[in-house]
Amino acid sequence: MRDTKQPKNDDSKSLAGRLVFLAVAMFGFGFLLVPIYDAFCEITGLGGKTNSIAATEVATEVEQDREINLEFVTTVNQYAPWEFHSQVKEMTVHPGGMYEAIFIARNLTDEVKIAQAVPSVAPQIAAKHFRKLECFCFTSQEFAPGEEKEMPVRFIVDSDLPDYIDTITLSYTFFDTARITDNSAVEHGTSHVTR
Amino acid sequence: MSATVADTHAEHEHHGPVAGWRRWLYATNHKDIGTMYLILSLIMFFVGGVMALIIRTELFSPGLQFVNPAFFNQMTTMHALIMVFGAVMPAFVGLANWMVPLMIGAPDMALPRMNNWSFWILPVAFAMLASTLFMPGGAPASGWTMYPPLVLQTGDAFPFLIFSVHLLGISSIMGAINIIVTIVNMRAPDMSLLKMPMFVWTWLITAYLLLAVMPVLAGAVTMLLTDQFFGTSFFLAAGGGDPVMFQHIFWFFGHPEVYIMILPAFGVVSEIIPTFSRKPLFGHDSMVYAASSIAFLSFIVWAHHMFTTGMPLTGQLFFMFATMLIAVPTGVKVFNWTATMWRGAMSFETPMLFALAFLFLFTIGGFSGLMLAIVPADIQYHDSYFVVAHFHYVLVPGSVFAVMAAVYYWMPKWTGHYYDERMGKLHFWLSTIFVNVTFFPMHFLGLAGMPRRIPDYSTQFADFNSIASIGAIGFGLSQLLFAYNVIQCVRKKGSTATDAVWDQPQGLEWTVPSPAPYHTFETPPTSSVKTTFS
Amino acid sequence: MIRKLCLAALVLLGSTGANADWALNMPKGVTTLSAETYAIHMMVFWWCVAIAVIVFGVMIYSLIRHRKAAGAVPAKFSHSMTAEIIWTTIPIVILLIMTVPSAELLIKLEDSRDPDITVVTTAYQWRWHYAYQGEDVEFFSSLSRTSAAARRKGSGIDPETVDNYLLDVDRPLVVPKGAKVRFLLTSNDVVHAWWVPELSIKKDAIPGFMNETWFKAEVAGVYRGQCAELCGMDHGYMPIVVEVVEPEAYQAWLVNEKDRVAQVAVADGEIR
Repeated sequence: MRDTKQPKNDDSKSLAGRLVFLAVAMFGFGFLLVPIYDAFCEITGLGGKTNSIAATEVATEVEQDREINLEFVTTVNQYAPWEFHSQVKEMTVHPGGMYEAIFIARNLTDEVKIAQAVPSVAPQIAAKHFRKLECFCFTSQEFAPGEEKEMPVRFIVDSDLPDYIDTITLSYTFFDTARITDNSAVEHGTSHVTR
Repeated sequence: MSATVADTHAEHEHHGPVAGWRRWLYATNHKDIGTMYLILSLIMFFVGGVMALIIRTELFSPGLQFVNPAFFNQMTTMHALIMVFGAVMPAFVGLANWMVPLMIGAPDMALPRMNNWSFWILPVAFAMLASTLFMPGGAPASGWTMYPPLVLQTGDAFPFLIFSVHLLGISSIMGAINIIVTIVNMRAPDMSLLKMPMFVWTWLITAYLLLAVMPVLAGAVTMLLTDQFFGTSFFLAAGGGDPVMFQHIFWFFGHPEVYIMILPAFGVVSEIIPTFSRKPLFGHDSMVYAASSIAFLSFIVWAHHMFTTGMPLTGQLFFMFATMLIAVPTGVKVFNWTATMWRGAMSFETPMLFALAFLFLFTIGGFSGLMLAIVPADIQYHDSYFVVAHFHYVLVPGSVFAVMAAVYYWMPKWTGHYYDERMGKLHFWLSTIFVNVTFFPMHFLGLAGMPRRIPDYSTQFADFNSIASIGAIGFGLSQLLFAYNVIQCVRKKGSTATDAVWDQPQGLEWTVPSPAPYHTFETPPTSSVKTTFS
Repeated sequence: MIRKLCLAALVLLGSTGANADWALNMPKGVTTLSAETYAIHMMVFWWCVAIAVIVFGVMIYSLIRHRKAAGAVPAKFSHSMTAEIIWTTIPIVILLIMTVPSAELLIKLEDSRDPDITVVTTAYQWRWHYAYQGEDVEFFSSLSRTSAAARRKGSGIDPETVDNYLLDVDRPLVVPKGAKVRFLLTSNDVVHAWWVPELSIKKDAIPGFMNETWFKAEVAGVYRGQCAELCGMDHGYMPIVVEVVEPEAYQAWLVNEKDRVAQVAVADGEIR
């Protein structure tokens, strides 16, 4: 018994060691899924996510005979104290052309507030064809008490946008970044709702 | 359990178990640890069951009668966490601890000290989890799926939830490592991999699944923790994160997890049906391949839990096809069990009855699973009571019945005494009737439009909810019979079991005396080759 | 047999239930695609029933004929390659048959082109906000007062006496019949899901992200649904009511709403 068991003990230890390594590797893999997911979203437009750093300007031919209806939607998350809307509700764009849209936000408090705008595009498939050259969403925005800001976004809709898409909705959600760390209960009903 | 067998164990000078609490706290014997796992599982089964009854009592009729909505959500969350991590998983680990060494002719588990740790972590984890019930803000109430941002609204319980999930994960990983090492290194000399009994095979596959996905869950909840307390934004849109990503990572764990809970059940049923059909398991090798393909496929179907989150068409099609594909190996298993019964000579003792109920009712759960795979229909079923019906069909008359079948099947070997067959059958019939009364109407509720996880509902859902609640109370009370049967058997009230226990069962576990001595197979068995039924 | 017993018990209970509303199946719904969804659901269901009849039939036959008590002598066979190949191939064929119509319907479901109206829906803990894109009409839709009063623990109000208990709102969403309504969904706080069974629509509302879905109701009427994704304490109390009306009635409603917005604006001005 002892003769057959001794070598097995060593085998067991080395196999157990390899299995522990596998478990640790899988723990790492869990975190690796984050960049994998981001890359996947960037490629497929999953979640309607658009580029988070400025796209480089490439001269493309403007398709004058194709019109895309571009709608803007603005949301303020968790009753955050901003008035936030787009200057125009919608615009018509040609694929390949460069456009600018203006969004206006006003801090409704007497305090300095920092906002982060999060863009999202519907339908999702259009997201990767919506390239932002400049956007107020690339960095967070600081607002002085009561300050109103006009914030531009410059963009190109790729000409390889699938034919069947005729309407794109660009949505921005305004988050109060102070709340990222402060997850205190939502102030139900008491705060003003701005849309 | 006196030590009649000479103890030549290298590490122990004593011949039997030490007396008193030390035997359990310092336990390294696979049988003792298996017993503790099973007892913990039974206790947790009743704790989770009481929570289920609180839920069903509140849902007995429309209007809020007993609990407030916040507490209701705590109950659904805790019920799921306790049943998944406290009842089903430890039950199978307990069975593995008891039976794997006996089935492969090993003297013990390969890593007995780690075995001790992996068990004793569990009571600590559950104590931590249960303590959240008494904290400001109450227990976690965001569902066992812990989706952010909702889970981040959990009160003081939040870090305790995360740490208890970590502990449960560590325990499972250690258990899995132990089982793999035991199976790989400690088989009887002439037991090749393909000669291993199905229960051992399914556990080997399950252990690899555990090892692959429990760390991913640990990673996901760690990200929740850092999002909440350390300013990261893995799942917060404001910081560039994405709440849907949590769902992807969670279900990357979660879908293999459901197979972690069902594969050992397949193994148990694959042991019991041949014994009581008096005929060898049909297609042993194809059963192994089927279980392996199920395990593989379980890694590429996770997003079928998330069809309503918005997914590109190609993604939806891929996950639909992959999910439907799982029906093929699962079908192979069901057909092989049927072929095992075919032209056998069946007798219907309690373990066989539970295995047969498993066969029928798990298949019904499989059918609703197939329906759920069809994306356009799933959009209607998703997060409705139809889903609740589906997963309870695969988990209760599936996994839980398999555990009960296993306990009735092997308990005479553990205790040396038979359970009371009449009481066993009574327990079986009550359980089977009530499990259907409880969960079958939920299909109708879901199709009619009742969402899951709601404490109160519109009056049109009243009748089926009442029926389900009556069934649940009946099922819950029937399980007292199970506890009674187990206790009677442990108290050696039944007739004395023979070494074979059943009518010529296959496998090494039946070659040791009943009750199984404290130390078994200290010298490897000379022949582990299964004898064919004569 | 067990299931038969259950069904028998259900039928028995059903015949005694006084005000029983026995919805056993998914509603056929009122949109172009809800009927197709229903058809797919029924197709898969009948396939399952057919397979169940065969598989359970064989099992039950075996349970009766191959009993030891009936004097059965066990056979010795333990494998058959032919059988394994057959029962691997046939399910694959059946699955392929099922996937074709499902994939076709899925493609239709994703086609949100050329909407007649667009509604931006924002989920809040625990109510819905609807904004009609391009019109100055937006409002919150919350649980109706009668249900809200009756839902409290110990309210003393019998839910049976409340019309559409928990499925009624103060202000329903109004859409025209026959119009393609595009739905853009987002959330103010946590993940919610917008579900109306009769419209065959369920889509998650996720904070920071815009989700899209659509429906085209062919029959005027009032359709009710609920939030389908656990969203906290009052998850069970954020119903959805959609009123599908004739196009003219919709236009009238729209004008009326705009007037109201104007009046509120004036009132606001006076307060300031």
